[in-house]
Amino acid sequence: MREPPRHRRFSDGRLHLQDGPIDLIIEAFGERGEVERAYEGARERFHGVLDELCAELALLRSPASPGSSRPSGPVARRMYDAVAPFSRRAFITPMAAVAGAVAQEILGAMTNDARLDRAYVNNGGDIALHLTPGMSFRIAMIDRPDRPGAFGRAEIDADGPVRGVATSGRHGRSFSLGIADAVTVLAASAAQADAAATLIANAVDLPGHRAIRRAPASDLDPQSDLGERLVTRHVGPLSPGEIDAALARGWREAERMRRAGYIGAAALHLQGETRICGAPSLGARPSRAPVLSVDGGRDARAPNGGDARAPMRNLHACH
Amino acid sequence: MLEADDKIRCDACPVMCFIKPGMAGACDRYANQGGELVRVDPHVLLERTLSEGGKVVPFFDRPREWNGDIVNGPSPLITAIGAGTTYPDYKPAPFIVSSQIDGVDMVTVVTEGIYSYCGVKVKIDTDRHLGAECSTVRAQGEPVGHVTTGEYGSQMLSLGGVNHLTHGGKKEGRVTCETLLDLCNGKAVELTVDGGVTVIVQAGKPPIVNGEMEERMRVGCGSATIGMFAKQWYGKVDEVVVVDDHITGVLSEHQAGKVLGARDTGVKIKGRRSTPGRYFHVAEPGSGWGGADIADPLDILGPFNPKEAWPGLTMLMVSTTGEQHAFYELDDALRPVEAPLPESLRESVERIRENCEPALCSVLFMAGAGGSLRAGVTENPVRLTRSVRQALTIVTAGGAPVVVWPGGGITFMVDVTLLPDNAFGYVPTPALVAPIEFTMRRDDYAALGGHVDQIRPVEEILEERRKRQSKELSP
Repeated sequence: MREPPRHRRFSDGRLHLQDGPIDLIIEAFGERGEVERAYEGARERFHGVLDELCAELALLRSPASPGSSRPSGPVARRMYDAVAPFSRRAFITPMAAVAGAVAQEILGAMTNDARLDRAYVNNGGDIALHLTPGMSFRIAMIDRPDRPGAFGRAEIDADGPVRGVATSGRHGRSFSLGIADAVTVLAASAAQADAAATLIANAVDLPGHRAIRRAPASDLDPQSDLGERLVTRHVGPLSPGEIDAALARGWREAERMRRAGYIGAAALHLQGETRICGAPSLGARPSRAPVLSVDGGRDARAPNGGDARAPMRNLHACH
Repeated sequence: MLEADDKIRCDACPVMCFIKPGMAGACDRYANQGGELVRVDPHVLLERTLSEGGKVVPFFDRPREWNGDIVNGPSPLITAIGAGTTYPDYKPAPFIVSSQIDGVDMVTVVTEGIYSYCGVKVKIDTDRHLGAECSTVRAQGEPVGHVTTGEYGSQMLSLGGVNHLTHGGKKEGRVTCETLLDLCNGKAVELTVDGGVTVIVQAGKPPIVNGEMEERMRVGCGSATIGMFAKQWYGKVDEVVVVDDHITGVLSEHQAGKVLGARDTGVKIKGRRSTPGRYFHVAEPGSGWGGADIADPLDILGPFNPKEAWPGLTMLMVSTTGEQHAFYELDDALRPVEAPLPESLRESVERIRENCEPALCSVLFMAGAGGSLRAGVTENPVRLTRSVRQALTIVTAGGAPVVVWPGGGITFMVDVTLLPDNAFGYVPTPALVAPIEFTMRRDDYAALGGHVDQIRPVEEILEERRKRQSKELSP
């Protein structure tokens, strides 16, 4: 039986919206009346979003190849547009951007209806941000929720271009073709970040390596948009050289996207190792670029980093 | 829906996932457990904790008749700790993680309550007369509740409650408990109303009244139906009477007909006229046309007024669900003679049907958690009540949202269809057992005197689940 969408407020004031697989944590900052108006706008827009998407689900699950038809719903179009630039180089469906696109839609409804200082809509780690001049968000990235130490941080300012953050990896809700534990991307929009993170995480890989177990996506989820493509199920311990090689593949993909202007920065994480793409030291304009740093650098390997396979969409905007 | 290879088609949301055995759907809230769709939520977690030998304080440490105490001794009823309703997603629910980073730890106290003070409110979508208000409702011959108010297109029953559970005879209590349990677990229950009907009630299913399945809710009262369809009738038929036990509507007299310029027809309705074109009490309640005891709709008409009526005048009579309809033409003596329904009117009758929502039974479980159950949560029970009042603590039942009544105690209502399958149990006291969770900030929990030393980190539980899963998934 169709469950109705749910909404509720946490005791600290944040808004929680859930409908089927969509699960949003929302926080707005500003005058109280404006915040309430924004939450009302979010609740109102939220109703029907899932049904809208499901009406075009078949289309959204098919590859966004050049010449494929563009869906008609506003969220579906945002998904399509976010993945379309990458569709020549890699297999990708609009579903790769669904979480970010939904977050953006709801944030849009909030900022349409109310004047906010800043706000975020966090859709399972894919976050849409709203910032007015002088405002910023600090983002912490963690790869293991059972060991809550941030491996990296990002500072996002109103005067920079970043308004979307997304994390992808093989532990998230969706399957990954690669072996990254987590790839976090900062981009101009949440949908763009979402699509890019998916592809960069897919690129972090060691094809044919015997420590990696894969299975056809359709064996696990008959309706997966990945069809019979092999998705990663298990990654055994890798040597430092192998980790380096896998991260380097992902980094090249990320760097290509950054140079083409699709993303602002990315942090790639695999078995305790992190590689950053687009940090200021890599040549971006220091004043405008997102500040992204890794605590402890390459030595920040978890004690049993060889088994870093805990679940992960662990990114959250903090105050 | 079960597919050929044990895949389940989940219908909890429009994504309609096919879920393979041992896997969860896209939402991580529903999973396929041996071919059955189960909700992965705190209730299930309780079972897991039990099966894995986790520390759970049992309701009964040995098989014996319950003595009436809700808590055996001072031990807490805490069975699992988590954060919020999306918990426990084995992949992290966003706000679990966020609470860690924000430094705000959420705590959920998951327990099952034993409710002597409980019952169900049943809403039965029907126009048929089920029995007079205040009539006793029986199951297996025992009184288990009564007929209460009539509401929009529906009749309410109030079943259970402490009086039937504990104050009646021993059999009455047992049967009441069984009836409530079955209704709450989504099973069909046959109820009889003194001086009324026999009705089969099942949450989320159409009611069956005296052996007939109710298919549709009325589109509105008779008068409202006139208002909705007047324009579609005008010009195609001279008169329309929408037969309704509550408010029968007459097109030519109704404001809606007047506005369109409908001509007087001299029709005479036997009921009590309320306002133009609206008649109360055209017949006695029953299970015929429009919820009245009408088999032949002409019974509610008197002779047509010869000053206004004319031979050949056409009249449509229809019920508020469109299920019954008849078409007449006046003969030379101004007597209605039934004729086939013209094609031009068939559409409007079908549209009435089309606009009727499916008739369903809905069952809300209502119970008071204001008693000693609170001691399982905190050493200072009244603080829990206050914390719920101040909205610092969120109450859920099996992960489903509840409505907490204002006023004293923690008395709540929940739609039983939102709970996992077989979420309800019973004890022979008799009383019902149902899951309930209290979610709050960890610091609030400590402040209200919570059993902080019993808190298990969510990671530990996630880890257990993850291990179990990967074991199941490995070849």
